[in-house]
Amino acid sequence: MNVYVAGTAMTTFGRHPEANTVELAVEAGRAALEEAGVQPEDVDTVYVGNFLGQSLHHQGVLASLVARGLGLPFVPATAVEGACASAGIALRHAVMSCRVGDARVALAIGTEQLTASPVPEVTRGLAEAMDRETDGATGLTFPGFFGLVAQAHETRYGTTREQTASVVVKNRRHGRHNPLAMFREEVTVDDVLGSRPIADPLRLYDCSPISDGAAAAVVTVDRPTTAQSAVEVLACEQASGPASISDIEDLTSFPATTSASTCAYARAGITAADLQVVELHDCFSVAEIVDCEDLGLLPRGEAGAAITDGATTFDVGKLVVNPSGGLLSRGHPVGATGLAQIHEITAQLRGTAAQQVEGAELGMAHNLGGCGASATVTILGRA
Amino acid sequence: MAATKPIPTLRGEEKVYFEEAKNGRLVYQLCRDCAQRIFYPRTVCTNCMSENLEYVASAGKGTIYSFTTLHVPGHPEFADDVPYTVVLVDLEEGVRVLADLVDCDPDDVKVGMSVEVLFEAVTEDFTVPRFRPSAQ
Repeated sequence: MNVYVAGTAMTTFGRHPEANTVELAVEAGRAALEEAGVQPEDVDTVYVGNFLGQSLHHQGVLASLVARGLGLPFVPATAVEGACASAGIALRHAVMSCRVGDARVALAIGTEQLTASPVPEVTRGLAEAMDRETDGATGLTFPGFFGLVAQAHETRYGTTREQTASVVVKNRRHGRHNPLAMFREEVTVDDVLGSRPIADPLRLYDCSPISDGAAAAVVTVDRPTTAQSAVEVLACEQASGPASISDIEDLTSFPATTSASTCAYARAGITAADLQVVELHDCFSVAEIVDCEDLGLLPRGEAGAAITDGATTFDVGKLVVNPSGGLLSRGHPVGATGLAQIHEITAQLRGTAAQQVEGAELGMAHNLGGCGASATVTILGRA
Repeated sequence: MAATKPIPTLRGEEKVYFEEAKNGRLVYQLCRDCAQRIFYPRTVCTNCMSENLEYVASAGKGTIYSFTTLHVPGHPEFADDVPYTVVLVDLEEGVRVLADLVDCDPDDVKVGMSVEVLFEAVTEDFTVPRFRPSAQ
């Protein structure tokens, strides 16, 4: 069954210390329904992605609270947790509900409120995306995990600090044009390398910021009849990988990403070379290098050099990666990120993006959770 | 009351691992059916799903696969420890362990460096394996 993205929306990403997790979700959900021209009473099911609401705010029954906030009928409302991939997984469930005929209209929302909590509490919360029983006692942080990844990529492929920093430079340059992004100032390689150390070799600007926000997408069985081009879901796949760090055989690749993207390319009947635009999970600078290689966008071991040479930016590359500015610019309200990516790719395919990739017909979104514990890959096409 | 570092709530499989650490042994599992080496301990083999697993003690020697030095603590209670270095160690027996590196200046850490295990009691009941540069 064909399934479409009929509407998307997101709040500004950044600091919303006065707004709670539910309010943010309702704001994004309402805007997405309005954009899709769908009435709340027509929604058949809702999935809400969120990571730390229970840990930081001690609030359960999130999905039902969001559904009531949106004025939905008493339809199934399901919360989804997959760390940083929570929103991607929420979208996949909305798509599946439509594909199997359980819903004609499914709403996917991702939401996160982090800045109202003290930074040490947030850092501790984010570490819940690792295996607490086995990895927790070392005091490793999430930036620390990606520090291990950066060191491994440097050792195996000779990727340099300057190349890793060039990912930040590119994404911050893209983010200048995104009115919803948290950071809209350019940085230089020297700025990145000179920022304060967080987890060697990564520095402050190598890390996506702690942020608040929400994003949403309306998925429908009926082809949208609005004036804008219809956007079809060609694939929305999910895979798991090792959730404990010592289980990861090769830290320069995430098996969850390769598995999910292999399935997605097969289902959509395309290859990486057919894509014009990709939003991928650059939670840390080095993650974009690994993601580009895992998704088959750039040759393995060569992504650092290729990105530095402009292979994934406007006017130079055959495809543009993270035209929105990515997580590094847009911000990373953990449970919302996967749907902010869908918001951007949908706009690119409709030709309405803030910074448009000319002639984009096929786009992809990649959302990674935990230490590669799960990944979703969604391919959208102009229909 | 002084805050304490995070102590895992031990699941069944890890209980043996940390009990053995308290006795000064770093253990992994060997599958008697397919010879897979498994770390951390689990109920079934990660390769063939057999439950026919035995605990084996490692000699505790290996080399650093990757490392990172943390300048921002992972938990408020690690604040006094920064900077501290976390390493992935490839043990000679063929399993990989995530642990803290001690007795080593962060500037001196290198991939491939030889390290050996030591055991540090975090509380009376809980001991964790850590690594330090090999003595030779």
